[in-house]
Amino acid sequence: MGTTETPPAADGAADETDAAAAGSRLSTAPEEERGQAVPGSFGGVRKPGAFGYAAWAARETIGWARWFWRQLTSMRVALILLFLLSLATVPGSLVPQTSVDAVKAEGWRKSHETLGPLYDKLGLFHVYSSVWFSAIYILLFTSLVGCIVPRTWQFVGQLRGRPPAAPRNLRRLPAHTTWRTDAEPEQVLAAARTLLKKRRFRTEPGSDSVASEKGYLREAGNLVFHIALIVLLIAFASGQLWKSEGQKLIVEGDGFANTLVQYDDFKSGSLFTADDLKPFSFYLDDFEATYERTGPQRGTPRTYEAHVTYHEGADGPGRKATVKVNEPLETSGSKVYLIGHGYAPVVTVRDGQGDVAFRGGIPSLPIDNNITESTVLKVGDYRTKDGKKDQIGFKGNFVPTLDLKTGTMLSQFPDLDNPRLVLTAYHGWLGTNSGTPQNVYQLDVSKMQQFKDKDGNPFAQALKVGDTMTLPDGGTLKFEGIKPWATFQISQQPGNSTALAGAVAALAGVAGSLFIQRRRVWVRAVRGKDGHTVVELAGLGRSESAKLPEELADLAAALQADAPPVTATDAPDPAESAESADPSAASEGARA
Amino acid sequence: MIAIAAAANENLAHISNVLIYSAMAVYTLAFLAHIAEWVFGSRSAVGRTAAAITTEAGAARAAAGASAQGGGTAVLERPKVVTRAATGSRDVPDGPGAAGTSEKGDVYGRIAVSLTVLSFLLHAGSVLTRALSVQRAPWGNMYEFSTTFGMTVVGVYLGLLAFKKNVRWLGLPLTTTILLDLGLAVSVLYTESDQLVPALHSYWLWIHVSTAILCGAAFWVGACSTLLYLFRDGYEARLVEGRTGAGLRRYLDELPQDRRYARFKAKLALRTDNPMSRLPAAATLDKLGYRINATVFPLWTFTIIAGAIWAEAAWGRYWGWDPKEVWSFITWVAYACFLHARATAGWKGRKAAYIALAAFGCYIFNYYGVNIFVTGKHSYAGV
Ligand code: HEM
Repeated sequence: MGTTETPPAADGAADETDAAAAGSRLSTAPEEERGQAVPGSFGGVRKPGAFGYAAWAARETIGWARWFWRQLTSMRVALILLFLLSLATVPGSLVPQTSVDAVKAEGWRKSHETLGPLYDKLGLFHVYSSVWFSAIYILLFTSLVGCIVPRTWQFVGQLRGRPPAAPRNLRRLPAHTTWRTDAEPEQVLAAARTLLKKRRFRTEPGSDSVASEKGYLREAGNLVFHIALIVLLIAFASGQLWKSEGQKLIVEGDGFANTLVQYDDFKSGSLFTADDLKPFSFYLDDFEATYERTGPQRGTPRTYEAHVTYHEGADGPGRKATVKVNEPLETSGSKVYLIGHGYAPVVTVRDGQGDVAFRGGIPSLPIDNNITESTVLKVGDYRTKDGKKDQIGFKGNFVPTLDLKTGTMLSQFPDLDNPRLVLTAYHGWLGTNSGTPQNVYQLDVSKMQQFKDKDGNPFAQALKVGDTMTLPDGGTLKFEGIKPWATFQISQQPGNSTALAGAVAALAGVAGSLFIQRRRVWVRAVRGKDGHTVVELAGLGRSESAKLPEELADLAAALQADAPPVTATDAPDPAESAESADPSAASEGARA
Repeated sequence: MIAIAAAANENLAHISNVLIYSAMAVYTLAFLAHIAEWVFGSRSAVGRTAAAITTEAGAARAAAGASAQGGGTAVLERPKVVTRAATGSRDVPDGPGAAGTSEKGDVYGRIAVSLTVLSFLLHAGSVLTRALSVQRAPWGNMYEFSTTFGMTVVGVYLGLLAFKKNVRWLGLPLTTTILLDLGLAVSVLYTESDQLVPALHSYWLWIHVSTAILCGAAFWVGACSTLLYLFRDGYEARLVEGRTGAGLRRYLDELPQDRRYARFKAKLALRTDNPMSRLPAAATLDKLGYRINATVFPLWTFTIIAGAIWAEAAWGRYWGWDPKEVWSFITWVAYACFLHARATAGWKGRKAAYIALAAFGCYIFNYYGVNIFVTGKHSYAGV
């Protein structure tokens, strides 16, 4: 099999280095430095005296620092950090997070007496702002910066450089083809160069060959991707630091102005100040909800629509808008989301003297999916029949659809099919002036007595709209009507568009990085012993790819127009039998 | 309007159910046909080739080398390109496929593929009628996700076959997975066809969920390929050491009785070497797994971005560490890990394969685990 052209063994080694040069700088990935895993003493010989010591210590420190930096920016450490990042992300999905659901997190902490405090110490209730999580991603991003900067310079160098000259033995490359032609070598090379240029290869002529390279966008894409990750991180971080997010419950007909005091509940990033709230206001004109009437998912909400009138700025003109679940209202740099709804029974309370002590809607909190609500009303300014000062507290449920046949007082459907307000009443001291802030949705009855009816049972009554309940002390509560309410989340998050831009750049970058192949193609044409010109084409990619041989075949076919092959008449060609036994032939399907 | 929608066109929903059961029946037949393919394949002469493979491969390499030396290849048609395997790879050729060299096995394999096409059509019909019955994208709950996911996996497989890729060996794992997936869907996850809750009313549903399902289907193919790579790689390693067939038997005879684990492994190898010898080469499987994962990675990135945009519209923040988001992120980072591993010395090959499998595990956990065990904003998906 071995022919006279077989190169001597000594040449084999030369070919290896030759081939290595051909493949050099085909990517900007950091060099693998296996030998460097263990640092030596960087200081070298220590000269006597304080000065000698200082110089030694400086060399040592710098040596270690450089070693550390090289480790940190190596592919292996980046890999480990990525791996750690994915591991560290897990607990946040399994342990309730304060930032996601504070109530649930608190509940979990309380119900796990031993684990609770331990988890607290480990920061498991706020994984994504914990020290260890931050440490991992900060190290990872430091590594990333340390990786990108040199790679960018290297890439700029590569863009300025030329493709490396053809290795001596093109047959050693992963894909190659060859034929003989009667065309002159110079002609073939000129044709090859034109062809490669037309296919957007960057070409470089050599003495008997043409070198070419293509696919620089792969590296560019990879760098863009990694840089975009940094942009994303910065956008996300700034969003977290300056964001504000508050909630407000608004009864139909009422309004909201964007100032801190108006929020029911407000969270903000650590660099946010109240001045950052942009002025605007809106009114809830009307709220519409529809529910599935039949079928297994009866009661599931189908549409929620809040019709609002809003004013941009301090006193802009009123504009109408509809806020839906996926369609927030955008105004003055804020977004207003619809996040919940319920009913507010509207009542009028008169005291024992017949004077109005309260009039309005009582926003009540839903306790189940059919919007059974718990209702609490505190009336602080109240006089009894005898003119004595007193305080009254009402407590009970609002039920949008009561069906007594079911034997429960729970609502059977979320719409207002058969609404009832079921209340009992207390009198005494509400505790509202005691200094501690009070929850409007809870009645503290520790200093109050429940009213009793004539038989001495606790006083309670179920009211239809229009009904009036008369308290034993002469006061009344009239159920006037029902108004829906909606809760809105008002958020301001700077950096959203930066994050989006970063994400899109990352996407484009990674697609370029993974779909574009960087490859080199060499063409050599020399006059052979028999007087014909021997043309050789060879290709090298960063990884073995089925596309490269295909492309090479394409190029060869195109080049044969200018350098038509001559049929070999001498010795039978061993290649024919070799081709069929070529191991790669059988697997071509899967490699494509 | 709502009343009409609520009626939810029960007829169509019923047809959808009939179709899915029919599809399952035909998948079962395809599954059996694939089993027959493997069984007949094992009786074929493949066993013989096990030892011969290495020598054949050696011969092939020598021949290829010779052709490279030959210089004047006579090519008049499309030029023949000679390829060389990367240094260090084993250069073992692909196996002949599940049917081995058995013609009967091959016939069964073809029948299996035809049956798979038929059941795919039934399956697709079921998904389509389900969608029509509710007049929306059929991805409102876990039942619908699972049936669509299964359909997409089969679609990806048939697509690869249609593009003449060498993936028929996937048939058996594929039909097995589909039967499990659909079995789970119709029994545990079944949900009557119905409308969506308001939060799911968005065109992002189409974009985000469809790409998520497509990614999962392709990741599945990648993971299968990677898993089989690990087995086949072990087989090839033994092949090179001469520890297959008779060599393995001799090795087993010489192993002391107390080396239980080694004996167990050897016995297992004895049983599995025959099917292993029919699989594509480890290098081929490895490459296919990499190609698919690398191709899907940008799409998965897009899926997450689309999800974030939707979350921004629906909930007021594009990223809130909701469990579903967390696990998509973990899956993403895990696949990034895998891609990095392929570019890091000492991590190529088996280690990278383990990472790829772990990454797929994250995807599956996100899909079943998070929906079932963890509650979050995505849990209205009606498990
Ligand atoms: C922030 C976390 C990171 C993520 C999510 C990430 C993701 C990725 C992805 C998906 C690829 C695949 C693209 C390809 O194969 O061409 C890649 C490639 C690459 N990454 Fe990262 N990366 C991260 C950090 C880093 C760091 C810290 C380094 C520096 C040590 C680094 C260096 C590289 C290099 C050199 C490649 C190209 C490998 C190749 O040429 O195949 N990456 N990265």
